[in-house]
Formats: sequence, C-alpha cells, structure tokens
Amino acid sequence: MATDSVDPELAARLQELGKDPGGTVKVDEVAEVVEAILATMQGDLSAVDVKLYEELESLSRFISEAKTDIAALRPDEVKDEFIPKAADELDAIVDATAEATNSIMDAVGEIEAVMSKLKGKNADKLMDATTKIYEACGFQDITGQRITKVVGALQHIEEKVDALLTAFGDEISKYKAANPKAEEPPVEEELPADEDLLHGPQMKEEAMSQDDIDALLASFD
Amino acid sequence: MAVDLNMNVLIVDDYQTMLRILRNLLRQLNFKNIDEASDGSEALKKLRAKSFGLVISDWNMEPMTGIQLLREVRADEKLKHIPFVMITAESKSENVIAAKEAGVSNYIVKPFNAETLKGKLTSVLGEF
Repeated sequence: MATDSVDPELAARLQELGKDPGGTVKVDEVAEVVEAILATMQGDLSAVDVKLYEELESLSRFISEAKTDIAALRPDEVKDEFIPKAADELDAIVDATAEATNSIMDAVGEIEAVMSKLKGKNADKLMDATTKIYEACGFQDITGQRITKVVGALQHIEEKVDALLTAFGDEISKYKAANPKAEEPPVEEELPADEDLLHGPQMKEEAMSQDDIDALLASFD
Repeated sequence: MAVDLNMNVLIVDDYQTMLRILRNLLRQLNFKNIDEASDGSEALKKLRAKSFGLVISDWNMEPMTGIQLLREVRADEKLKHIPFVMITAESKSENVIAAKEAGVSNYIVKPFNAETLKGKLTSVLGEF
C-alpha cells in the first residue's frame, strides 16, 4: 500500500493493524483510524475525494451508532448471567434424569429379584417388561450427550461474546454508567403478578425444601 | 456354534447409567462374567490384565475414545482377535466407515433395544 502521502502516525497504525489480518480489532481503533483518515483529507479536494470523504464520514457515523446499539444489548449480561444460568439449568437436567433413571433401575432390580423365584409364562412376561424398561432407560444417555453438545454451543457463544466485549473496550461500562437500570419497585406491599410467579423448577441450591415450605406455611397459622 | 456364556465380557462407557443398562441386558442374555471400564485407557489395562471374549464399547469417551481403544486392541498381538462391538450415538456413515476400517466386529447405534443387541452379538459370537 502506498503510504508516502499519508500521515506517518496513521501509516504506522495501519501497518500495525495489517500485521494480524485474521485478528480482532477494537471498534474504537477502527473509528479512530477512520477519523484520522478524515483529518488528513485537507486542502483541494477532487469530486472523487469528496465522495470518498462522504463515504468515510458515513462509515464513521455507522460505526458509532452500531457501538451504541450493541452496547444497549448489554452483551456483558449475556456473558455473565444468561449463558452461565442456561448451562447450569442444562446440567441440572442431566443430573435429574440420571437420578430418575437409576431409581427406575433400582426398582426393576427388585422386580427381577422376585421374578427369579417365578417360573413359566409369568416369569417370561416380567422378563420382557423389565427388558423394555432397560431399553427405554437408554434415553438418559442420549439426552445427556445431546445436552452436552448444547452446553458446548453455549460455551462457543460465550467466547464470541467475550471477544465482542474485548473489542468494545470500555464502551459497555460507559453505556452502563450513562444508562443505569431503573430501581426495582418495592414489592413488600404488592403481590407479584401471576406471570412473575412462573419460575419453573428451581436449582437444588436455590430451591426451598419441603421442610422449609412446611415451616413457611406454619408461620401463617 | 453356541455362545460361551461364561466368557469374560468387558463393557466400556463413560455413562454409568449406560453401563448399568448394558450389564442388565447382558445378564438377561445369561452372560455370567461382566466387567466394566469408563474409558478406553481403563479398558485397555483390564484387557491386558485378564482374558476377555468380547468387548462392547461406546465411542465418545475421554481420555481414550472407543475408536482409539479399537485401534489399540487390533494393534496388539494378544488382543487383536477379541470381538469388538461398538455401541454409540455416533451414527454418521463416516463413523461407521472409520470403525469398520479399524476392525470393528459390529456396530450398534443408540438408542438400541435388546433384540438388536442379541442379533448383533449372535452375528459376532454365534447362536445363543
């Protein structure tokens, strides 16, 4: 690239960026380079120069707006809260299905113990039934493998979001500072809306035990 | 030729649930001596320590996968004649081809049923 007529500092910067063609460039750096190019375009401008100037100015504006839009999506929340939460929920599914499958097989083991004392058609029927239960229990293995793949996909997304956050530098924290979350309204005297009560199953460490619930109910008496 | 139900059978899977399912299904087929391993490297140690008449292995395990175990078995003079059945959720043709090229005796795709298991074992070992 011919860089003789270009500001030396800008030329050095462009060369630096060009060293890692597949790498990540911070959005701020792109914007600064575009701005530096615009600043160097002084003096007599041809029609082509003007057109180029307009395009670059438009590109600079587009990058600036995109930065704001993406910052508003709060990718930091996606990385820090939503993805880890989803991965935990998926792990909980695997644990719960494994636990249930083992309970089923324990029960089948007890049936087989009784079955071993029987003979004839009844024993055969029980054998067929227990075989079918074992076959069906194979779902847990398949479910676990599929969920493991989904967790892998989530980790991949997490890495991409992390790269996005790195590229944005302090843009996200600037946005957060400029747009603080509204204070949650006090709920002490208001009952939550029905839709706010649809949490689904809780993680073990977050869930109340039956004893906790009994105690809570008893506290109303 | 009737199957020797007293032979040592090694089942290999990293999912304890699947090991339990396989063990129970094999027990229902009247196999008496069933041993377990949770990955290829543990299986290889057991295969080198004791005589086995059949290996039934999953594919996707760490640190040693089922296909690596199969290759190790087929490369070992003392082990290479042991029938090796792969039971796996890997159902792409490229997997089946790779397993066949590595010397697999038969290939069962998960989820499977007892009838399929018995049929494949019959084709590998003989009539029950």
